[in-house]
Amino acid sequence: MTPQDGRRPIKRSTVSDQQRRRELALVRQAQQRSDSQNRARRLASSVLALHSSPEPALPDDAIEPERAPEVDWAQTEADLTESEAPVRDLNVAQASKLRGREARRWFAHQLMLPEWMIDVPPHLDRDWYVFARPAGSRCFVVSSNGTTISRLRNGSVLHYFPSSLPNGSRTRDMSGPASSYCILDCIFHEPNQTYYVIDMVCWRGYSLYDCTAEFRFFWLNSKLAESGACNPTSTYHRYTFSVVPIYDCDQAGLHAAYTSVVPYVKDGLLFYNKHAHYQTGNTPLALVWKDNYCSEYFLDTDSKGLVPTQQQAFAYSRKPVGFDPSFVDCHQVTKFAEAISLSVYHVVLEIQDDGRLTTSDDPPVVFGCVEADFIQKSGLRAGNLLRFAVRDESVSLVDGKLEIGDLQFVSKANRARAFADSYSKVRKKIDLISP
Amino acid sequence: MAMEITQVLLSAQSPDGHTRTLAEANLKQFQEQNLPLFLLSLSVELSSEQKPPESRRLAGIILKNSLDAKDAVRKEELTQRWVSVDPSVKSQIKESLLRTLGSSVSDARQTSSQVIAKVASIEVPRREWQELIGLLLNNMTQPDAPAPLKQSTLEALGYVCEEVSPQDLEQDQVNAILTAVVQGMNQTEHSSEVRLAAVKALYNALDFAQTNFENEVERNFIMKVVCETTVSKESEIRQAAIECLVSIASTYYEYLEPYMQTLFGLTANAVRGDEEPVALQAIEFWSSICDEEIQIQEEFGEDNGESSSPHSNFIKQALPTLVPLMLETLLKQEEDQDQEDGVWNLSMAGGTCLGLIARTVGDAVVPLVMPFVENNITKGDWRSREAATFAFGSILEGPSIEKLARLVHSGLEFLLNAMKDQNSHVKDTTAWTLGRIFEFLHSAAGEYPILTATNLPHIMSVLLESIRDAPNVAEKVCGAIYFLAQGFEDAGSSSSMLTPYLGDVVSALLSTADRTDPSNVRLRSSAYETLNEIVRCGSIPETSNMVAHLLHEIMNRLSKTLELHIASSEDREKQGDLQALLCGVLQVILQKLSNSNETKPIILQSADQMMILFLQVFACRSSTVHEEAMLAIGALAYATGPEFAKYMQEFYKYLEMGLQNFEEYQVCSISVGVVGDICRALDDKVLPYCDGIMSQLLKDLSSPMLHRSVKPPIFSCFGDIALAIGEHFEKYVPYVIPMLQGAAELCSHLDVNDDDMQEYGNQLRRGIFEAYSGILQGFKGPKAALMVPCASPLLSFIEAVVRDKSRDEEVTKAAVAVLGDLADTLGPNTKILFKDCTFHMELLGECFRSDNDQLKETATWTQGMIQRVLVS
Repeated sequence: MTPQDGRRPIKRSTVSDQQRRRELALVRQAQQRSDSQNRARRLASSVLALHSSPEPALPDDAIEPERAPEVDWAQTEADLTESEAPVRDLNVAQASKLRGREARRWFAHQLMLPEWMIDVPPHLDRDWYVFARPAGSRCFVVSSNGTTISRLRNGSVLHYFPSSLPNGSRTRDMSGPASSYCILDCIFHEPNQTYYVIDMVCWRGYSLYDCTAEFRFFWLNSKLAESGACNPTSTYHRYTFSVVPIYDCDQAGLHAAYTSVVPYVKDGLLFYNKHAHYQTGNTPLALVWKDNYCSEYFLDTDSKGLVPTQQQAFAYSRKPVGFDPSFVDCHQVTKFAEAISLSVYHVVLEIQDDGRLTTSDDPPVVFGCVEADFIQKSGLRAGNLLRFAVRDESVSLVDGKLEIGDLQFVSKANRARAFADSYSKVRKKIDLISP
Repeated sequence: MAMEITQVLLSAQSPDGHTRTLAEANLKQFQEQNLPLFLLSLSVELSSEQKPPESRRLAGIILKNSLDAKDAVRKEELTQRWVSVDPSVKSQIKESLLRTLGSSVSDARQTSSQVIAKVASIEVPRREWQELIGLLLNNMTQPDAPAPLKQSTLEALGYVCEEVSPQDLEQDQVNAILTAVVQGMNQTEHSSEVRLAAVKALYNALDFAQTNFENEVERNFIMKVVCETTVSKESEIRQAAIECLVSIASTYYEYLEPYMQTLFGLTANAVRGDEEPVALQAIEFWSSICDEEIQIQEEFGEDNGESSSPHSNFIKQALPTLVPLMLETLLKQEEDQDQEDGVWNLSMAGGTCLGLIARTVGDAVVPLVMPFVENNITKGDWRSREAATFAFGSILEGPSIEKLARLVHSGLEFLLNAMKDQNSHVKDTTAWTLGRIFEFLHSAAGEYPILTATNLPHIMSVLLESIRDAPNVAEKVCGAIYFLAQGFEDAGSSSSMLTPYLGDVVSALLSTADRTDPSNVRLRSSAYETLNEIVRCGSIPETSNMVAHLLHEIMNRLSKTLELHIASSEDREKQGDLQALLCGVLQVILQKLSNSNETKPIILQSADQMMILFLQVFACRSSTVHEEAMLAIGALAYATGPEFAKYMQEFYKYLEMGLQNFEEYQVCSISVGVVGDICRALDDKVLPYCDGIMSQLLKDLSSPMLHRSVKPPIFSCFGDIALAIGEHFEKYVPYVIPMLQGAAELCSHLDVNDDDMQEYGNQLRRGIFEAYSGILQGFKGPKAALMVPCASPLLSFIEAVVRDKSRDEEVTKAAVAVLGDLADTLGPNTKILFKDCTFHMELLGECFRSDNDQLKETATWTQGMIQRVLVS
């Protein structure tokens, strides 16, 4: 006899393993679907922030990186205050746990990338910091789960190492929760195998994305040393970390950043707007300046291996030899120099048949020389008047006589100019500026 | 004019195959050429008294099958054909049918009453054939109506009530039916055949009697007649009358109070003294009352009994007499009852009812049952020992764990020893009881641990020994091990208590699966299923070695099934069943090992071999794919990731076959899920297969044959594909978006009063949202503009869903996520849309208030995305 209407005998096994397996498979699939969609959401939003809307369909989203010169500063800062704080909190907390390909995809888009300084922002002295950029690779350093990983701009792993950063090695007795993690924006400096921390994105699980640069730098300077990350290396701390001296962008600060001796090879100057939040991708609220004085690496390439056009403006050689004058945007250089009140001045010299550069004195004083090759290429003729930038530091007095170690070609002189500067005029200019 | 078809109908029943086939072909041809004439001819045949009963009967059956089919699509087709038949032909047919109810041939009468109900099922909901009920009732009220006419008329009324739903009949029609039926039950006036037909008709008509039950006078009358009928002379009528009581117990629980005393008396007598079929119905009455009260407790909460809930505590009130009544039945076992799964007799029905009573009243049942247990469990007669054990096992779910744990502690040793009882029934029930103890009381993390370091060795040695006992006992032992392992899940460190035994347990289960006892089919699947639970509940890395060994053993066994000699379809089926079990174990192992980075390499080492085996399993069948192998492949794809690409070429044809399997919708559904697994594993490497997959999925969606439960997952699967292949999904957009919009439209038309439909609606909504999410995220970037036209309709749909109170949390989560995706992907294009609507604020607010962290997280993200759009 069989029971009526699906009454289940109590002794009959309740287990339907097949149904259970189906259900568990569905649960697994649903979880994985949700995971991959969430991943897509995180990755995708960072991509958007990076590209800042290249697609014509979305014309007015954010700022285009290439557009540069005429940035509406007030507008940009207003945008910053409307940032998507929660998105980044979510992103970062999860990002610190990402591994493998996912991590590469994520970190490839997370660095805040400076634009080239081709225009001088207003209130530079009041609203900006400046520091000398250490030469090396920009990277994110993430410490979590007892290990530290540094990732280059393309997301690939540079080092995988133990460190004294919070949760950065397995041995350290951890002062925070196991889930705590740090994300630092660094430059790895090969010569001394040091990570120079130039920005702090997360510290002990606390996200600094939505903090101003002012606060981030303060936090960076006070917290990093505390953690022991700046200590010499050991088995559990393979690379040492260091901060860089950061200056207010007034004249003294600029001067210091530009000229002072640091324990690393400089690669240009970085300018950070004090009020700016950490923004992924290119932003006009961080700027980079490179010239041949403060950078050995004044040529950089973009992801396609091409030299960015803005950067080409600065690709002039230490000596005006073999240099293509068409690259020079003298106006920008001058404007920058003036704006940052660097000790740069111009002299006008006359080019001679043999390439020597002379004053208008009789006999002329020789300050330098260009190669015949350069004269030919640039279509210069003997007797042309050329403007050169001279930096304070390259000027010296030898036996009471002025010598200029480094002349930077700027442009042909104004047509109205009839003569080159005289020696005394050069002396005078230098005296005015030099202390 | 009707055609003469008697000879064809008789030939169609000829013992000669050739004649039969020819006749069937003739009938089919006739049906296809001229359906109205065909139907008319059949009805004439059925109604003609001078025709042979055999041809009349077959005519009736063919007529019935021309109006109804099990398959919903076919049924709808037949309905439409009937509807389009000329009205005059239809009325001739109906007239013949009604006339046949008075036939002297009982076969013809019976068939006719069934055909009448089928016609009614088509016409009554369309407000046609409204005179039917009147005509039938006429048969009942005519003073000189012969008994056979009354009997078949009552049958027709019963069938009609079974076929149509309550809203299709007017209340006066219902009243008339009930009156006719109740009169038909009158003992003094009618023959037993008429009365039986009347009781059965009443059973079907009870669903229509809501209004009548609300009226005290009518209710009293109905109850009185039913109660009187439960003591009729004829046992068949008594049984049918108690079946009516069972139906009343579940449909009209809230009106039963005044009758309970009487009903207890009637049912108790039936349980104690009546024939088994009647007694079983009487027990069923109490089981149904338990069902109702359990359901009320679940809905209203147990403490709410006094005020608002309709709980009448019938079980609690009847407890002192009800429990002894059920305990008595436990002693009425049948010999050999354990040889058959799901055997149903007095003892089993009584134990089942006792289990329900325990779930209804909890602790109160314990003191009423324990004296019976204690008095009988040591008696010499096996029935007493078995009944005592069965009683104890039955009440392990319901009472508090605290109360039961004490009893179990003092009785466990006894039970373990009873596994050596000389009687197999006692051992069977004891093993089952141990299983129940582990199922309901054992939890390593619980407050009252049942298993301790002290008693575990004895338990394990008894189980490992008893698993070699008779197949029915061994099967129960497998169940006990299953729940024992389950109780150690989530146990953290204490799971190591079981670990030392796992090696022995696994080999015992493997040998059990190999047993060759005659009735080993169920035992074998129990053994493998228990193995699965051991794998699932084991803690990694503690058990990873054991699982790795098991993986190789199972692969070995699976490869042996390929060498089995297959001589018949039965052999093929056996092979398939065994492969199903083995693929099931592999699936569980795959899922377990892929959960941790430490154990994943174990899978990767064997992935190639495993995949080859699965493909060979597929190759064992020509037209269908093996569901379990498909399920396992999904888990394998997840574990291997992009590496799975190398298997795709070989695997693809089976995947396609699975997606085409409309009939076995579970297979289709699993194949759809596997597509998702593959998309996530392969990412854009799935692209070459997408045309094939997409066209199959679109076909599935459009097919009315495919079980509807597969359709929501197909939408979700679109999302998986879009996410994997990104902008390459563009070419499918013209097909997919209209499908999504059609489904969204459908959602607003689903019957909200139907729980099943409500749940289906939620699945559908979630599927639609997940599809949009995947497409939006996949199109992010240059192709985003493609989705701009969808934004506004999608937003309206989200709003409609948000406003719908029946949505569940999963739908809410999918809704809030797709809202963010819309803002994220389309950016400033959606600014105006978001500015113009406010519902998203409410939705976000609701999500933030939820205690589901995932939901909150998603809502936070969405809020960020919308804010970004609004300030852009």
